Amino acid sequence: MVITGAEIVIRCLQEEKVDYLFGYPGGAVLYIYDELFKQDKVRHVLVRHEQAAIHAADGYARSTEKVGVALVTSGPGATNAVTGIATAYCDSIPLVIISGQVPSAAIGQDAFQEVDTVGITRPCVKHNFLVRDVRDIAETIKKAFYLAKTGRPGPVLVDIPKDITAQKCEFAYPETVSMRSYNPVVKGHHGQIKKALQLLLEAKRPMVYAGGGVVLGDAADKLTALVRKLGFPCTNTLMGLGAYPATDRQFVGMLGMHGNYEANMGMHYCDVLLAVGARFDDRVIGNPAHFSSEPRKIIHIDIDPSSISKRVKVDVPIVGDVGEVLGELLALLDNTAEKPEPQSLGVWWKQIEEWRRRDCLKFNQGEEGLIKPQFVVQKLWEVTGGDAFVTSDVGQHQMWAAQYYKFDKPRRWVNSGGLGTMGFGLPAAMGVQLAHPGSPVACITGEGSIQMNIQELSTCKQFRLPIKVILLNNGFLGMVRQWQELFHGNRYSESYMDALPDFSRLAEAYGHVGIKVDKPGDVEGALREAFKQKNDLVFMDFQVDPTENVYPMVKGGQGLTDMILSAEDL
Amino acid sequence: MTSLLRPPPKSSPELDANWLRELLVIQKNTNMRHVISLLIENEAGALSRVSGLFSARGYNIESLTVAPTEDTSLSRMTIVTSGSDDVVEQITKQLNKLVEVVKVVDLSESAHIERELMLVKVRATGKDREEMKRMAEIFRGRIIDVTDASYVIELTGTQAKLDSFVGAIDSGLILETVRSGICGIGRGDRVLKV
Repeated sequence: MVITGAEIVIRCLQEEKVDYLFGYPGGAVLYIYDELFKQDKVRHVLVRHEQAAIHAADGYARSTEKVGVALVTSGPGATNAVTGIATAYCDSIPLVIISGQVPSAAIGQDAFQEVDTVGITRPCVKHNFLVRDVRDIAETIKKAFYLAKTGRPGPVLVDIPKDITAQKCEFAYPETVSMRSYNPVVKGHHGQIKKALQLLLEAKRPMVYAGGGVVLGDAADKLTALVRKLGFPCTNTLMGLGAYPATDRQFVGMLGMHGNYEANMGMHYCDVLLAVGARFDDRVIGNPAHFSSEPRKIIHIDIDPSSISKRVKVDVPIVGDVGEVLGELLALLDNTAEKPEPQSLGVWWKQIEEWRRRDCLKFNQGEEGLIKPQFVVQKLWEVTGGDAFVTSDVGQHQMWAAQYYKFDKPRRWVNSGGLGTMGFGLPAAMGVQLAHPGSPVACITGEGSIQMNIQELSTCKQFRLPIKVILLNNGFLGMVRQWQELFHGNRYSESYMDALPDFSRLAEAYGHVGIKVDKPGDVEGALREAFKQKNDLVFMDFQVDPTENVYPMVKGGQGLTDMILSAEDL
Repeated sequence: MTSLLRPPPKSSPELDANWLRELLVIQKNTNMRHVISLLIENEAGALSRVSGLFSARGYNIESLTVAPTEDTSLSRMTIVTSGSDDVVEQITKQLNKLVEVVKVVDLSESAHIERELMLVKVRATGKDREEMKRMAEIFRGRIIDVTDASYVIELTGTQAKLDSFVGAIDSGLILETVRSGICGIGRGDRVLKV
């Protein structure tokens, strides 16, 4: 039986067991929306802006092991989606984006709502396709899902001209797909893994540095087992939080620009570094020349060969799926009587504990006066028992969330790490909440970021998403203000927003519960009250200290050991 | 480096091979010239994926040639680029990462042959007419178009040979030139195939 291209698209999504499709209709995708209407397996979530559709699919993917799926129309639908696509690309999130395109005959004619979507998105997707024949739709969508989730994951876009969705052909969904040009490595090189183990066993000052790849590769259990068995200290990147339990004694905190003192010092002065699913980002190691000035052996496990020896020379590269490689390392470790030498490891731990005693995350919350933003995050962690899904936007609040919410499990922390996209938090929380109905989902945000996608409060109402929005409102674009204070002579150029709305009343106007909190004593009560409301979105506007800065801080371009620990260091 | 990259002496175009060999032993980690050859799915947009990668990551492209192979589902590309060893390692890794790229080799890692085609239109009047013919013969070029006042000379060889031809003739007589960019292939048993 022949069916239309539009029906084929929906049938493919059903075959891929897509339960939520985030999107926004428009002229070029009308046939697809018509088919969507005729079925109820794939549920469509109507957002208020295409960027939010991609972020919501992204949040859905990050908090599950599944591929997030979005549908947008041609032209502005596709360009609005670009920020979302780039966000997912920078953090290697598996997404499939279907975009409508003007009819084949109109392509290149500057038609209404025409843009070269494949051209515009090319640098920020893992791969993209323009479907030119209705008979290619099924295989292309199959390939898109395959590419999105295998190897180093990433967003894949399928652009389908309107006429193709109206044409008909036989439908058969391919069971498997293979591409001669695409064969991601899974198993690591055995010899290299043995070499790595030897180095680890001989290490005197070891450090394990785990990134988002461990979360994406669902290898947190194996990493935890390995680190515990070796007795080594472990640090996570911003993207890796939850890969190793944050409340464990062997965890030394997040590292990097706003990383813990003990993590950064340990990273710099270790003699053997095991890097797993991380990429020595500029926000992580600061200045690569400074980082390399201290001699150490580096083992790097990553699925993407181009991540290895990109910014830092590596001694033992292991290309492969982090779960596979860690599993093999564990098996080898089980079969050897050798153990890391306890004496030198003890000396190293003593040093780390000494660094830890600096208590770099301490802050003073007075009983009166202004609420400290760190205090809100700490209370959130307590109130939710450390078990909530937390999304964030970008800026100071993001760093405080990362520093003070101790994630013990992977896929609980959802933030835009690579691209740093303001406006990510709320739509991402929608995807997380849909994927985990009944679980507490908090969106930690700032008054700058939330306004970049605040229209999604409407989507939250329509789909009854009981997200808890934690707004750390300091009246400033805080991270910009912090840099201006530290590096631009206190000239707060355009980092102050006058005329902010009353957010709690704005939330109420959208049909949600709004709370304004301005006393430290009310913080915990407000949070407890909010999380009791299982069916309502509660928007909490915390009026926090506008002068607070994020510490520790490594200035851009400086070495990891050059940390400003508090305002007194300035 | 730039001084080492100057063309060989004008009078001896046959010295190309020696000159290139010398170039190859120049110490590593300087901005070495590399010839990268790759097989890519012959699909719309494949070329822009490659060129986009080079511009997005700030890699140099000195020349890039592309055409379908005997298997028309594949195109072969020859890219001349330059960079330190680290940069060229990243270039080959990033190229390999492109989903449509099937295989990548750095031809300049071992013995290989490079050829480029150049068409030069020159003024050929009076005494220059005979001189141009003589120069074309010396460089083993062919005159493929003749008018009262001009020749088009076809010349194939390494980049350096073509450079030296352009250097050897009176620049005032050159009306226009067009070069293909180089094609490269490994010597002997080295084969780039699926």
